[in-house]
Amino acid sequence: MNDMSRLERVVETKNIKMECRDCQVYYGETHAIKDVNVDIEEKTVTAFIGPSGCGKSTFLRCLNRMNDTIATARVEGSFRLDGEDIYDRRVDPVQLRAKVGMVFQKPNPFPKSIYDNVAYGPRIHGLARNKAEMDEIVEKALRRGALWNEVKDRLDAPGTGLSGGQQQRLCIARAIATEPEVLLMDEPCSALDPIATAQVEELIDELRQNYSVVIVTHSMQQAARVSQKTAFFHLGNLVEFGETGQIFTNPVDPRTESYITGRIG
Amino acid sequence: MPTLWLVCLLLVLAAAGFVMGRARALSSAGGDARTLHSLPNYYGLNVALTSLVPALAVLAIWLLAQPIIVESRVSKLIPAETVPEGSTIGLVMSDVRRVAAGLDLVVDAGLLTVPEASGLRAEERDVRALLGEVGVALGADVRPEVLAAAQRSRMLNHTGGLLMTGLVTGLALAGLGWAYVRTNKDFRARNVVERGVLVLLIVAASLAILTTVGIVLSMLFETSNFFRLHDWKDFFFGSTWAPNFRGDSELSILPLLWGTLYISFIALLVSVPIGLFAAIYLSEYAGKATRALAKPLLEILAGIPTIVYGLFALLTVGPTLAKVFGKGGLLGVEWMAGATSVLTAGVVMGIMLIPFVSSLSDDIINAVPQSMRDGSLGLGATRSETVRQVVLPAALPGIVGAILLAASRAIGETMIVVMGAGAIAKFSLNPLDTMTTITTRIVSQLTGDTDFASPETLVAFALGLTLFVLTLGLNVLALYIVRKYREQYE
Amino acid sequence: MTDLSANAAPAKRHGASLLEQNARTRRRNRAEARFRGYGIAAIAVGLAMLLVLVFNIVSKGVGAYSQTFVTLEVELQESKLDKKGNRDIEEIKKVSTFGYAPLINSAFAAAVKEGGLETKLKAKDQAGILSKSAPAQLRDYVIANPDKIGETVSFRFLANSRVDGYLKGRVTRDSIANDKSISAEQLDFVDQLAAAGILKKTFNPDFILGSDASDQRPESAGIGVSMVGSLFMMLVVLALSLPIGVAASIYLEEFAPKNWFTDVIEVNISNLAAVPSIVFGILGLAVFINYMHLPMSAPLVGGLVLTLMTLPTIIISTRASLKAVPPSIRDAALGVGASKMQAVFHHVLPLAAPGILTGTIIGLAQALGETAPLLLIGMVGFIASNPPDSIAAGLLSPNSAMPAQIYEWAKRADPAFYERAWGGIIILLVFLVTMNTLAVILRRRFERRW
Repeated sequence: MNDMSRLERVVETKNIKMECRDCQVYYGETHAIKDVNVDIEEKTVTAFIGPSGCGKSTFLRCLNRMNDTIATARVEGSFRLDGEDIYDRRVDPVQLRAKVGMVFQKPNPFPKSIYDNVAYGPRIHGLARNKAEMDEIVEKALRRGALWNEVKDRLDAPGTGLSGGQQQRLCIARAIATEPEVLLMDEPCSALDPIATAQVEELIDELRQNYSVVIVTHSMQQAARVSQKTAFFHLGNLVEFGETGQIFTNPVDPRTESYITGRIG
Repeated sequence: MPTLWLVCLLLVLAAAGFVMGRARALSSAGGDARTLHSLPNYYGLNVALTSLVPALAVLAIWLLAQPIIVESRVSKLIPAETVPEGSTIGLVMSDVRRVAAGLDLVVDAGLLTVPEASGLRAEERDVRALLGEVGVALGADVRPEVLAAAQRSRMLNHTGGLLMTGLVTGLALAGLGWAYVRTNKDFRARNVVERGVLVLLIVAASLAILTTVGIVLSMLFETSNFFRLHDWKDFFFGSTWAPNFRGDSELSILPLLWGTLYISFIALLVSVPIGLFAAIYLSEYAGKATRALAKPLLEILAGIPTIVYGLFALLTVGPTLAKVFGKGGLLGVEWMAGATSVLTAGVVMGIMLIPFVSSLSDDIINAVPQSMRDGSLGLGATRSETVRQVVLPAALPGIVGAILLAASRAIGETMIVVMGAGAIAKFSLNPLDTMTTITTRIVSQLTGDTDFASPETLVAFALGLTLFVLTLGLNVLALYIVRKYREQYE
Repeated sequence: MTDLSANAAPAKRHGASLLEQNARTRRRNRAEARFRGYGIAAIAVGLAMLLVLVFNIVSKGVGAYSQTFVTLEVELQESKLDKKGNRDIEEIKKVSTFGYAPLINSAFAAAVKEGGLETKLKAKDQAGILSKSAPAQLRDYVIANPDKIGETVSFRFLANSRVDGYLKGRVTRDSIANDKSISAEQLDFVDQLAAAGILKKTFNPDFILGSDASDQRPESAGIGVSMVGSLFMMLVVLALSLPIGVAASIYLEEFAPKNWFTDVIEVNISNLAAVPSIVFGILGLAVFINYMHLPMSAPLVGGLVLTLMTLPTIIISTRASLKAVPPSIRDAALGVGASKMQAVFHHVLPLAAPGILTGTIIGLAQALGETAPLLLIGMVGFIASNPPDSIAAGLLSPNSAMPAQIYEWAKRADPAFYERAWGGIIILLVFLVTMNTLAVILRRRFERRW
């Protein structure tokens, strides 16, 4: 996908999967995210870009309440998934995270076999009734994770023994094995070499057919390559949010422009 | 205490050397410290150290070696045929030492003059009664050759002492003189002193090895003596522990090992679940405030001396258990005869080990990278699922290492079992039975009047060596596992 | 790359609404709560044990600090003590403690008459409530003050341990049914004396300062002398383990090249730290006593053994504090032309000193409470009666140590000694708490974060 293809993208309106309004995040005294409004569309890759420490990862972690695990973090505002407030008292974060999966910056396979890594999510959520179904789920997830052909002969080998790129694709397969509706990716390629990065990016583009994908990335080229929508964060503010083509070719805000042209960040 | 005075003398010489060396260096530089190679104090230190260190080293070596030399010389005086039936040369030599020590006391008490003591003849005077007057009780009359050997040993020790004093003082003076003469403004005092200090540092560091060597050698030596007197097959493979001071004892380690392992097992049964769950809660669930309070409180348990736990076992836990399981107890059963039992010692030892297990496991659980937890939580796992299925399997090798370390502590623990476990060696599965352990037997065989020639005493060294090897093996294994585990996440 | 056939649209598997917990989540949350409960229970058990232990020690040990005394006016009758009346000290000394017993008997008789007490007990049985040390106490006083003969002097005698136990609730009329050393009548008499204010339970400094007593007289046993023994041992430990430990750590941390020799030393030290303490006792017995013929039961030997035991601890903590000093400090010193040795001794060591001190105090606290090796070098089983009169005697003459003394008491048959043992533990723990607090304060106060 080169620059030309980006311009040719068809801009279509899609259903809104997640709707975030007036979002604030505090780490103790620090106000990390200020008044952010973002809509995540169905079957779309949304990229969050911005300089380090701008709050894009923090915001991403709000979308499946991973910030709950940090004692000092406090989240305000409205986050709606299919119209339901995910910070409602009645919502169990465990159920939420089954719907909103996450892939992390560093590949973090569990010290288990490849099979058990992928089967972990379905097992805890009780998605398979028997071994055959589980085998099927694992195979499907690994196929979708574009890893099946490489590992199908050694499903019992430890997941930690794979190469960096394979590990990250394993983590993606692990995340999609639970059939999430939204997939969050926190700089999924930052620990990978260019070839592995290309593989993962290709995978992300495939995943778009079924999922909403939100990807945080450091690299503008990556955002341009994989996403349809882009949000630019700066110092905790959402500076600009729009079609990827528009953000990269014709940014509205001067800060976006200076970032894209490499003057800040 | 002539050695003490000798050390004082050496210190005085060194101090004098410091002052002299410093003054000489300064005067050689015409009073201008800037023209010296090193700071003036280094010249002083050089003289002081050159005088003190070799002299002290020789003193230490002499003190260590003299007993061996005297002993070997004196034991030649005792002809093998005069050693009585059923005794050994070792026994006779311990008589010799007692007589020699007694004669010293006699002289100190003014009952005899020094020449009188040296000229004493067993045929002329009742030496046993004489020694009795100064409080040295002997089992039998002193035989002439023993008295002769004792006098010889006194004489040798006396000469040795004189020689040592002379040699050490001479060495100190020589060192002082040599270093003093060498002192002038171009002498590289700092380099010499620093090299000397480095040697001292190396010696200090080697002391750890020396300790280990000392432990191993002393136990090996006495253990080999033991196996000369007692069949090794009985020790390792026998089934009965029945020391009998008339001789003919059955001294097998197996019943003791059984008791030791059984008690350690119960201790681990108590401490591992409690310690592990406490560690999990503290590292995965507890807030900062809870952690800051509960962790040090738990660790107090580790700082309490074992004698306290022993007393707790003997006077509190034991009687409480006896009230439940003993005669006329709450359950109406008679499973427990007294307060001491495997359970008593095991439970108390378990309490002692709780903080040991919990703080080791805490460290190990904290070493599991956060990304691992995030991965699991991000998939929608609950915290307990994350802990059980991701964190614990990841931390397993480290936790196994921690448990091995705890087991080694339990096996080597002494006071709790001495006071809480009992003294009867047997194979039994009943945790309410009293049993005994390796450490308990070491204590009981080596306290009181010890006679280093009987297998009943020497067996303690064989037990000690076994204990040492056992715990050392566990520690090495545990440390290896833990280190491998840490490397995995670094 | 991707297997397109697998890319069928995912079915909605996770239930309709987030707002309702499904049955599976509820079940998982219950498991979560249970698991969390186990954790809390484990901590609660641990803390409860601590509480039980502390409560046990305090409740059982606090009794040792008060003791029952009987105050009597004793007439030091000249006819009994100095028949010739010439106050010749040698003559007075010839009267044995038996000769003093009648004086106490008549003192009781006088007290009974004066207080209007009614008892059927004979004077001898009345005096039976006192400690066996009472006549000796009287005799010592008379020998020290022969001029008081003929006068009436007020004395405070120790009551014997049964009476003391009766006042503390340890001894009851039921429990003495088979006890030959005290009778129910005597306890009645004790009640009367207590009511009359002659017999009182008061603070007992002799427990803290005094010496051990024979197993017939628990009431006069104290821990003071063994405290002195412990003190001398700690002096030896401090004097040896601090310099040697620091020197070894400096070498290993600052100078040692990476080779097999230093590897051996390092492995050795970490293993020595985990060797059972009893093994050090065996080493002490074999090397210091059996081979070097140092005196048995001497604090010097105890100190040497504990030094060997403490050294690894001190080396490990010292190395940690040396390592905590950043290399930039060393570079700075080397940069102005200091030698490596000067950089270490002038800069690194002073900066690491608080950490080293903290580690040393903790090591000493450990050594102070250690018992097992002391059993083997003979620091139990005899009565340490007098505090040593010089430093050499303190190091070389037989003594006990606090934990060994506690063990000795715990072994004796008379339960009155158990109270002593718990009381001794209170003192031991006070020392340990003080030392550890000092270490914590030092660490807080001087700890530097680089």
